[in-house]
Amino acid sequence: MKYLSFFLLLALFACRDTQPPVEEPFQGPELPTNFPAPSYDLTLNPVTEAGFNLGKKIFYDRILSRDSTISCADCHISYSAFSHPDHPTSHGIDNLFGRRNAQAVQNMLWEKEFLWDGGVPNLDLVPLNAIQSPVEMDNTPAEVLHRLKQNAEYKAMFKAAFGTEEITTARFLQSLSQFMAMLVSANSPYDHYVRGESGGDLSAEALEGMALFKAKCASCHTTDLFTDHSFRNNGLLDDFSFDKGRYEVSQLPEDIGKFRVPSLRNIEATSPYMHHGNLKTLEEVLDHYASGVKDSPTLDPLLRQPDGTLGIPLTATEKARIISFLKTLTDEKFLRDARFAE
Amino acid sequence: MQKFYFWALALLTAVMIIPACKDARDDEFAGFGSVEIEFENQAEGDALVFGKNYTNAAGESLQFSLFNYYISNVVLVNENGDRFVAPKDSCYFLCKHDDPDSRLIRINNVPAGNYTGLEFVLGVDSAKSVSPVTERLGVLDPATGASGHYWSWNAGYIFMKMEGNSPASANPDNKFQYHIGLFGGFNSPTLNNLKTMKLTVPAEAARVRQGKEAPHFHMVVDALEVFKSPNVLSIAANPAVHASPFSKNIADNYADMFTIDHVHNH
Repeated sequence: MKYLSFFLLLALFACRDTQPPVEEPFQGPELPTNFPAPSYDLTLNPVTEAGFNLGKKIFYDRILSRDSTISCADCHISYSAFSHPDHPTSHGIDNLFGRRNAQAVQNMLWEKEFLWDGGVPNLDLVPLNAIQSPVEMDNTPAEVLHRLKQNAEYKAMFKAAFGTEEITTARFLQSLSQFMAMLVSANSPYDHYVRGESGGDLSAEALEGMALFKAKCASCHTTDLFTDHSFRNNGLLDDFSFDKGRYEVSQLPEDIGKFRVPSLRNIEATSPYMHHGNLKTLEEVLDHYASGVKDSPTLDPLLRQPDGTLGIPLTATEKARIISFLKTLTDEKFLRDARFAE
Repeated sequence: MQKFYFWALALLTAVMIIPACKDARDDEFAGFGSVEIEFENQAEGDALVFGKNYTNAAGESLQFSLFNYYISNVVLVNENGDRFVAPKDSCYFLCKHDDPDSRLIRINNVPAGNYTGLEFVLGVDSAKSVSPVTERLGVLDPATGASGHYWSWNAGYIFMKMEGNSPASANPDNKFQYHIGLFGGFNSPTLNNLKTMKLTVPAEAARVRQGKEAPHFHMVVDALEVFKSPNVLSIAANPAVHASPFSKNIADNYADMFTIDHVHNH
């Protein structure tokens, strides 16, 4: 009898081993409870597995560029939250450099405007910019569609995603949006902390840093998205002749030198920093805000203290604590998610 | 007695004729027809010819090589002031000088009537400029119909594109290039270069009738007006204008480059 139960147990394990692995059903984009409602209307472009797979293939495909050398992923790399590590600005086609730091691609569903100057209002339209930019892909959307239409694999994938083989501008762009919609980062230690989940034990230093952050940084880096989506001049430069920022879109003089307030999620993994990419470390970033702010007519009023000094007063200890807090925004699960990597 | 018969007959005739007339008029204005609007580009009073020498208001010699513009949101106004607004799904046109077919636009399902007024927008209105990508079809598809007329870095359509060359331009190959867009912004305001034209027929109304050939508005578009009023545009001073505050001056100029030359009823 003793042996029988042993063999039964063994049989049970044997059965389990011979069963096929259970396929995880496709899950659409995660909508974290600590985030506000998304800005992107998912009902206009529901995310499906086939649409996501198609968008991912396009994202990693170099045929998007004129000479088939540059893909989206060349400047938006998964392990750095789809930013471009170690590149102040990125090199595109013919080794030409762009003017601005390649931004992270994460939590796009919650963005209202895109690019450093907010020149594009809708996620669907964002890829057209890189495709047409003479220093990025230097191609035309018409040529991209033409190339996709020549490709049997794409035809099949468009059919799987949208019902027919027809390859239109809208389908092409919506599939890329479906891929980007899935890039949700909301599982950092900070997220676990605010949602009261396991893995949310923050160090005393990080908690002190959080309090300092709320007092000194959170007027611009608001909500759990860590941005108020506004355009501000943060005093990085005082000469904007090279890049006028938001002004280039709005043509309003009060917008000269203003750039989008970026999210701080995965900030540890997205060096270098700022629109110009000229700050390499978080220490340099906080030094900038503490003592490096440059004056110009459009400098953000929050960076002018009542006594006339510029910037945000921070001691060395405070800076270290804030950096400790910022590192709790690193979402290892997102950075290493095999669904998103090439 | 004879007098009585005369008046009785007269009354009877009148009673019969008046409703008949009224019926005829009712029938005439029943149903729907179409209108055609042809945009004829001109310079110095004649049909515009690419590569021909002209002189602008600043006294500069120039030749044109490209002249395109969006026409949208067509409204027809009849003699009673009633407005017919062309439906949103069929009111966007990209008129290209080198493609005469694109400059002959047709509006269908117009209620029968005598139309004396014509309104339209030069450009693509702000609602359409922020519409979902699935609603950007035909001449509004950034990859096909709107190719070359869409700014991907400052999402919006280029309302008017005029290019050419002039000895006054210091650019390579003496080129001048005016690409005018900006619809006013999506979340926060930007410059707005959309212009609404409100034009009146010079004489004859356009008679739209069911089952009859479409009347034809013949528009004259004076390309040199872009250089003329209210702001004299010098190629030497501004050989290239794109999305910039200065673009407002050109938009103010193209706002009065259209006139209805005549209406042709068939």
